[in-house]
Amino acid sequence: MNAPSSRGVVWLGSPAFPDAAREALKDTRLRANLKRATSTIRDKRLAVASELDDWEALRDAAAAIKKCTARHLDHYLVELEASVTAAGGTVHWACDAAEANRIVTELVRATGESEVVKIKSMATQEIGLNEHLAEAGITAYETDLAELIVQLGDDRPSHILVPAIHRNRTEVRDLFAAEMGHWGQPAPEGLTDEPADLAEAARRHLREKFLTAKVAVSGANFAVADTGTVVVVESEGNGRMCLTLPDTLITVMGIEKVVPTWSDLEVFLQLLPRSSTGERMNPYTSTWTGTTEGDGPSAFHLVLLDNGRTDTLADTVGRQVLGCIRCSACLNVCPVFERTGGHAYGSVYPGPIGAVLTPQLIGVENAATLPFASTLCGACYDACPVKINIPEVLAHLRAEAVEAKNGHTAEALAMRAAGKVLDSPRLLAAAQKAASLGGRALARRGTIGRLPGPMHGWSDTRDTPAPPAESFRTWWRKNRENKEGEQS
Amino acid sequence: MSSRDAVLGRIRTALADVPSGEAPEDVPVPRAYLRSHLEPGQDPVALFAERVADYRATVTRTDRARLAAAVAAALTRRGARRLALPAGFPSELLPSGSWEWHPEPLNVPALNALDGTVTLAAAGIAVTGTIVLDAGPGQGRRALSLVPDYHLCIVRAEQIAPDVPDALARLDPTRPLTFISGPSATSDIELDRVEGVHGPRTLDVIIVGPTRLEHP
Ligand code: SF4
Repeated sequence: MNAPSSRGVVWLGSPAFPDAAREALKDTRLRANLKRATSTIRDKRLAVASELDDWEALRDAAAAIKKCTARHLDHYLVELEASVTAAGGTVHWACDAAEANRIVTELVRATGESEVVKIKSMATQEIGLNEHLAEAGITAYETDLAELIVQLGDDRPSHILVPAIHRNRTEVRDLFAAEMGHWGQPAPEGLTDEPADLAEAARRHLREKFLTAKVAVSGANFAVADTGTVVVVESEGNGRMCLTLPDTLITVMGIEKVVPTWSDLEVFLQLLPRSSTGERMNPYTSTWTGTTEGDGPSAFHLVLLDNGRTDTLADTVGRQVLGCIRCSACLNVCPVFERTGGHAYGSVYPGPIGAVLTPQLIGVENAATLPFASTLCGACYDACPVKINIPEVLAHLRAEAVEAKNGHTAEALAMRAAGKVLDSPRLLAAAQKAASLGGRALARRGTIGRLPGPMHGWSDTRDTPAPPAESFRTWWRKNRENKEGEQS
Repeated sequence: MSSRDAVLGRIRTALADVPSGEAPEDVPVPRAYLRSHLEPGQDPVALFAERVADYRATVTRTDRARLAAAVAAALTRRGARRLALPAGFPSELLPSGSWEWHPEPLNVPALNALDGTVTLAAAGIAVTGTIVLDAGPGQGRRALSLVPDYHLCIVRAEQIAPDVPDALARLDPTRPLTFISGPSATSDIELDRVEGVHGPRTLDVIIVGPTRLEHP
């Protein structure tokens, strides 16, 4: 049915992680920016998490809710579908990126509009929705400030929470001055590089879009099965604009975002803002249930996206990754992410979560170096609000990747790929093409570049000797406590 | 086969290890966390005021008798003259003076031309410093507290829940809810927090309560 080649997730032409990391490590300015940024968020997160002396109990509850949901995902999705439908929404199911893109495109076309406003959403990045809409003649305007920076710069996001973390204020100023005029309201004359002025320029640039937009596309942080309520958590108010002002709202969410009950949100709305931006609560959280007469969109569509999630669910070790609430805490504590930045992962999901999610969504044979993009120090596990044991999943995926790479299992690997593709003639053709490239590339060439990268690559790139996993963890903690603020 | 059936079928295949007799309720969810992070004896209203102010919103406490005067003082301080008036807003709370009140229904361009909005609230959350609107009487539809650049929100002391769990239990999820914790903000440029991007850049909160008044 759905196979990796129709799933998106990774960027076309990205080098394998070791090569990308080697390049990124040469960029000392990027490293300095990242170190400053990640340590700022880390400190804020620790401060607000330690305010809650039942933090561990909240994590336990969150992990258990997510586990329960995963084990009964079919039940909760059917319940969600019924609640959303009863509340006036329409539910669509998409096996893969291509199908989700097709559904959204058709929904936009049916409105007769050629522009949509968008709220930052990992799911729509994953499926490459903007590019797909552009091919269909529909312009998607990103409205989150960081996404706007990425879009105007024809760039890629490098962090889940702050996608433009790799850009400094001067670059943003230059970009706004040069590009805003091509998309709508130009930047004011004499724009400075003060963040407040840049935010003001974004406000003015996007206001006319919000006031005239008829269609909005969003993701979802949570969707509640028993009530049909969808939740979007944000800071700037662009989300509220998109969720409230247009006539039609199209929400694309991964099937793992469902939670059983309204009261389960009491756990996640405490954990997510504190883990993500390090605030007690983010500025705005919107919840809506279907449509409301006289308030907000009159048409609401919810697109439920599989795109590799059921493959992830089938792996009893890897399944826990579906509990991720995309808070980005694991990125901010990761010694590897802090050094390489997000682009090196070659995926819309960077950092530790990316290293365990990307290979599962598209098949480990298609992202074989990513499970090695880690020191197994365990900081991500400690930080994760839903207690995903990322080191455990990494070790598990490493074993799979090695198996995928070993000569004696090439046949098994081919069979595995075949199993994925044989039920689609189009994908069978793709597999035959890939096979013709020889043992070097099992999957489609060009999608993640060289396949798979050398397995020793990461250790070659690392600029400190690799201590054993357990002692590294201790070493890292000590190192962080003692040398915070020092340039690495 | 529909995509719905395909996805559900794939889920069921993926979950082959889950015993067929296991019901969702059989998966234990430990709920050892606290219902509230308020210290024993701590005043939720005082904490709410402190936490809202942490977001750089301005907080005023007053009583019912002085509420209209407090509204007038806030509007004067902000220079907000042309104001959206939500349906069901109690007219006795409107201060007398030279304010222009624009009642609902208001379309988006009309809202965009106004200086601000005065609304009631559905709930408050002390520990997180959050106000919640549910589009009920006196709150207006969601666009009202979003499009104009200034939001003055009136919360009654008894509407303030100690923490997130009790607040969610008080709210009706079938209504469109907006949780507001301070003015709109971004940290997207070098993680430098800037108040005010698309939502109201100024948020004033007035707490009306019979409870202790530090500064009458
Ligand atoms: S894996 Fe955990 S820490 Fe990382 S983004 Fe997901 S929820 Fe957050």
